Amino acid sequence: MEKVEYKMYKILKESYMKIDFNEKDKLLKLKIDDEIDHHRAESLRRVADYEIQRRNPKKVILDFNNVFFMDSAGIGMVIGRYKTASMIGAKLEMINVKENIKKIFEMTGILKIIPIIEEECNE
Amino acid sequence: MNKKKYDNEMKLEIMSKSSNEAFARITVSAFASQLDPTIEELSDIKTAVSEIVTNSIIHAYDTSDEIIKIHSMIEDNSITIEISDTGKGIEDIELARKPLYTTKAELERSGMGFTIVETFMDELKIESILGLGTKITMKKIIHNCEENNLESES
Repeated sequence: MEKVEYKMYKILKESYMKIDFNEKDKLLKLKIDDEIDHHRAESLRRVADYEIQRRNPKKVILDFNNVFFMDSAGIGMVIGRYKTASMIGAKLEMINVKENIKKIFEMTGILKIIPIIEEECNE
Repeated sequence: MNKKKYDNEMKLEIMSKSSNEAFARITVSAFASQLDPTIEELSDIKTAVSEIVTNSIIHAYDTSDEIIKIHSMIEDNSITIEISDTGKGIEDIELARKPLYTTKAELERSGMGFTIVETFMDELKIESILGLGTKITMKKIIHNCEENNLESES
């Protein structure tokens, strides 16, 4: 395995993000399984950027179903991924965002460019 | 003996490590839970503590071996949380309070920290002296707990 790949593999294993890529629809789903604060945002952002650049999706979905806490670090994390996705022409959407977290996003106005799509949480 | 100043009080000192952000907010929210707050109120407190502690870690100190002090007091139906560091201090407090203002854009900081705290808490006071440190005092009134206080009056 290439050195960079191995390093990413390690980060991937330690990060709390599940990756699901649909080759046919070019749909990349990143399911976050952790609280999002400044401490955890770093590994989430590295894994997400790595996957977005590697898979070259048409659409990226951030699944917040298992995120029960987020502070302003999450805003930066989401905007950063929007930038990464935009660079390759992909859209970014969020699903299953809890009320307390939605409140934080609503303060910033970013929901106009990164929408929360209503979807039943399919476990 | 000193006269009782508060109904309850706790002090916590943590190192300025980012892994302590979660520890700090969970500890304060556990302390606040005796006021019987709603899940939403508790979540607001957690977020506010997380923002302020993260500020100290990112902005006040360059290293992770400094100390952040958290002092929390309960009085009637309100919790006051004081978070202080002995770091760099804030140059322009008015500017720092502005939404979307950040000095650490390269770390993907959104500049929403103080705005979130102001929205989620009932009071926010920022005191800072350049080179000496910063003290943040915030207060939240818990609307849920009148009955509990009556019981503990005896």
